[in-house]
Amino acid sequence: MSNYLGNYSLYIALIASVYLIFKSYLDANSENKYLDKNFILITSIQTIMIMVSFFSLVAAFVISDFSNETVFNNSHTLKPLFYKVSGTWGNHEGSLLLWLLVLSIFLFIFLLNSRSQDTKYKLLTILFQQIIISGFLVFILLTSNPFKMLYPIPSEGLGLNPILQDPALAIHPPILYLGYVGTSIIFSASLASMISGNIGDKWARHIKKWVLVSWVFLTIGILLGSIWAYYELGWGGFWFWDPVENVSLMPWFCLTALLHTVIVLQKRNSFKEWTIILSITTFSLSMSGTFLVRSGILNSIHTFANDPSRGLFILSFLFILILMSILIFFFNQNKISNTAKENFILSKETAILVNNWFMMFFLSVVLVGTIYPIFLEVLNGSKISVGPPFYHNLLIPFLIPFLIFMSFGPSLKWIKDKLKKFNYNILIIFFVSLLISFVILTKTENSFLLSIPLIVLSIYLLLVTIKDFFVSRSSISQKISHFGFSLLITSILLNGLFSNEFNSNMKVGDERIFNDKVVKLKEVNVTDVDNYKSLKASFEVTNKNSSFALYPEVRIYKQPLTITSEADIKTTLFSDNFLVFNILKDDGYYNVRYQYKPLMIWIWISTIFIGFGGLLSVIRKNEQKY
Amino acid sequence: MSKNIKFLGLLLTLIIIFIILLKGLNVSKDYSNKKLKSKIDFSLNAKKLFSDEIINISDLFDKNSPSVVNIWASWCAPCREEHQFLMKLKDMNINIIGINYKDSPKNAKNFLSSLGNPYSEVITDNDGTKSIEFGAIGVPETFIISGKTNEIIKKYIGPLTSENLIEIKNLLKKNV
Repeated sequence: MSNYLGNYSLYIALIASVYLIFKSYLDANSENKYLDKNFILITSIQTIMIMVSFFSLVAAFVISDFSNETVFNNSHTLKPLFYKVSGTWGNHEGSLLLWLLVLSIFLFIFLLNSRSQDTKYKLLTILFQQIIISGFLVFILLTSNPFKMLYPIPSEGLGLNPILQDPALAIHPPILYLGYVGTSIIFSASLASMISGNIGDKWARHIKKWVLVSWVFLTIGILLGSIWAYYELGWGGFWFWDPVENVSLMPWFCLTALLHTVIVLQKRNSFKEWTIILSITTFSLSMSGTFLVRSGILNSIHTFANDPSRGLFILSFLFILILMSILIFFFNQNKISNTAKENFILSKETAILVNNWFMMFFLSVVLVGTIYPIFLEVLNGSKISVGPPFYHNLLIPFLIPFLIFMSFGPSLKWIKDKLKKFNYNILIIFFVSLLISFVILTKTENSFLLSIPLIVLSIYLLLVTIKDFFVSRSSISQKISHFGFSLLITSILLNGLFSNEFNSNMKVGDERIFNDKVVKLKEVNVTDVDNYKSLKASFEVTNKNSSFALYPEVRIYKQPLTITSEADIKTTLFSDNFLVFNILKDDGYYNVRYQYKPLMIWIWISTIFIGFGGLLSVIRKNEQKY
Repeated sequence: MSKNIKFLGLLLTLIIIFIILLKGLNVSKDYSNKKLKSKIDFSLNAKKLFSDEIINISDLFDKNSPSVVNIWASWCAPCREEHQFLMKLKDMNINIIGINYKDSPKNAKNFLSSLGNPYSEVITDNDGTKSIEFGAIGVPETFIISGKTNEIIKKYIGPLTSENLIEIKNLLKKNV
C-alpha cells in the first residue's frame, strides 16, 4: 500500500515539475508584473507529494514492511524504533528521496520568503530549481526507486549493521543534506539574478540568509560526521581525510569564501563575479559530492552502492548543470554593471579577497587529493592512495600566513584603512602568546621547527579574537565564529602535538607506567550475552593524585566467529583517555592500546561555536526585517 | 575574442574531466540483474558456508553429470516450504549445491541445523552477485546445469513442488 502511495506521488511531483519548468520559462519571457498564484499552489502540491512519498517510506520502515526492497535490504524487526526511522535515509534510495524532499521544501520557503523580489528573477529561480528537482525525480524513478516491490515477501530484513547504529550518524545525513541542498537555492538564485541583471547590494542581503543557513547546516553536518568517526570507528582520530569526508569539506571551503564575498557585495556592491562563480562552484561541488559518494567510483569505508548506471546519470546531470551555468555566465557577463570602485591595498575588501584565495587553495589541495587517484587509475591504471601526510604537508605550512591575515583582517575598515600608530595592545598580546607557547612547547619533546610559529600564531589569534569581543565594532556573530575557528585551530594543533599512546601486551595484574600515569589491568570478566561472549576488562589508571577506571570490551560472536573491540573513552575538559584491548593467542595475555588525546572535546565545542555564530547571524537578520 | 577563448578552454577542460570520470565509472564491476545467462561463468570464487574456505565454483561441479543448484536464504518463507522437497531429493541420492543468498551465516546455519541439510555443499553469496551470475532474479530458484557444456538445462523460479521432483530425476537420468 505505502509502496504504491510513495511511488505514484513521485510521478505527480514529476508532472508538477515539468509544468512549472514550462510555465516559468514562458512567463519569464513575457512582461508579467506579478507572479501567477498558480506557482505557489503547484509548488506546494509538489512539496506535499514528495512529503507523502518520503513519509510512506518512513512508515514502511517503522512497520517493517519487507515487501519493500529498500526496507528489506536495510532494516530488521529487532531494530529499535529510532534506528528504523533513521534507516530511511541510511541507504542510497532513501537518502536521495531526502535530498529531493529538502530541495522542494527549500524552494517553497524561498517563494514565501522573497515576495518583495523582482518577478522575473523569481520565475527564473523557480525554473532552475525545478530543473534540478526534475533531474533528481527522474534519477530516483529510473535508477534508484525506493519503492521496488519484493515477492515473495521475506519474513525478515537484512540490515542490522551495528556500526551504522549511532545517534550521531542518524542525524548526520539529514543535517549535511540541508547544507548541500541549501546551496542549490543559491545556485538557482545566482543564475536567475545573472540573467535578470539584479546583482547588487539588495540581492546580496536577500541571498545572504540562504548562504548562512546552508553554511550552518554544513558546518554542523561535518561536525556530526567527525564525532561519529571518533566514537564509533574507534581508531582514535577525528578526521581521516577519507574521500567521503573530503567531499563534505570542499563545499564548506567554497561556501565560507562565498559567505565573506556576499558581505562585500552587500556593503560595497562589488565582487559580483566572485559571488556568481562561487555560487556555481559551491553547488557543483555539492553535486559532485553526491556523484562521488553514490556512484561507487571512490574506494572508501562509506560507499556501498556500486551501480554504474547511477553514476552515469548523476555525472551527465552534473555536467549538464555545469555547462548550463557556464553558458549563462558567459552570455550574461556584460549585464553585470561594473561599478568598479577604487580598491586600496589596506582595506577589508582586500582582506576578504585574501581569505578567498586561501579558501581556494585549501579547496584545490583537497580536490586534487580526492580526485587525482581516480584520474590516475583511468589514465595509466595505477592505484595510489592519498593519505593524511599529503594533506598535512600541503595545508599546514600555509596555515601560518592564513593565521596572520586572520588576526588583523577582520578589524580593517572598508574602502581604505591607515596604518595606525603603533598599537601597544597587539604587542602585549603577542608577547603573552609567545610566553604561553614557550611554556607549552617546553612540555613536549617531539616539537618541530614548524610547530613553533603555528602554536604561537594560533594562540595569538585566539587571544586577538577574545580581545575583539570587547573592542571591535564588528557583529557579535562574526566574533563568535572567528573565536570558534581560532579555538578549533589551537585545539587541533595542541591535540596533534601532545597526543601519545602506548601499545603493550599485558596480563591480569600487570602494570605499565606511561608518562606520569600507571595503567593497571585489574581483571577480565567473561560473561555470556545473547549471541556473543563478552570479555569486559577493568583497567585502573592512576595519576599522581587521582585515579579512574576504564572498561573496554571484546565481543566474540559465535556464529559466524567474529571478534569486535569496544573501546572505552574517558572524556574530561582537558583530555580524552582512550583504551582498547584485544585477545592474543598466548594464554592470559592481552594486547592493550592506550591513547592520551588532549583537548578532544574542544574540537567539538569550537565547531559548535563556529556554527552558532552563523546561526545567530540568521536570526538577527530576521529580527532586523520585522 | 579572449572571452571566447576562455569559454572554449573551460568547455574543453570540462569535456576532458567528463570523459575521465566516465571511464572511471566503468572501472568498477558491472553487475546488473537483467542479463540472463544460459551459460555459467565458472571462474568465480566463493566462500563455503561451513568452513569459510574460498573455492572456485567449478570445483563443485561434476564434469560428467548434471548438477542441481538451489539458491536459498533463511529469511525466505517459500524456501522453508520447499525445504522438505530438497530433503527428498537428497534421499534419492541427488547432490544439491546450495547458494546462500544475502543471508547472515549464523541464521543460515541455524536454518540447516533445525530443518536438516539437503546440500552436499553450500557457498555463501553475501552481496547477491554470484546468484546474478546464474541469472537468478529472486529466491528460491533451482537450476539444472549440464556438466559438459555448463549450460542451464532447466530453471525453476519459486519453490519446488512434488511434481518437479520427478521431472528433475528424469532430467538428470537423461543427461548423464
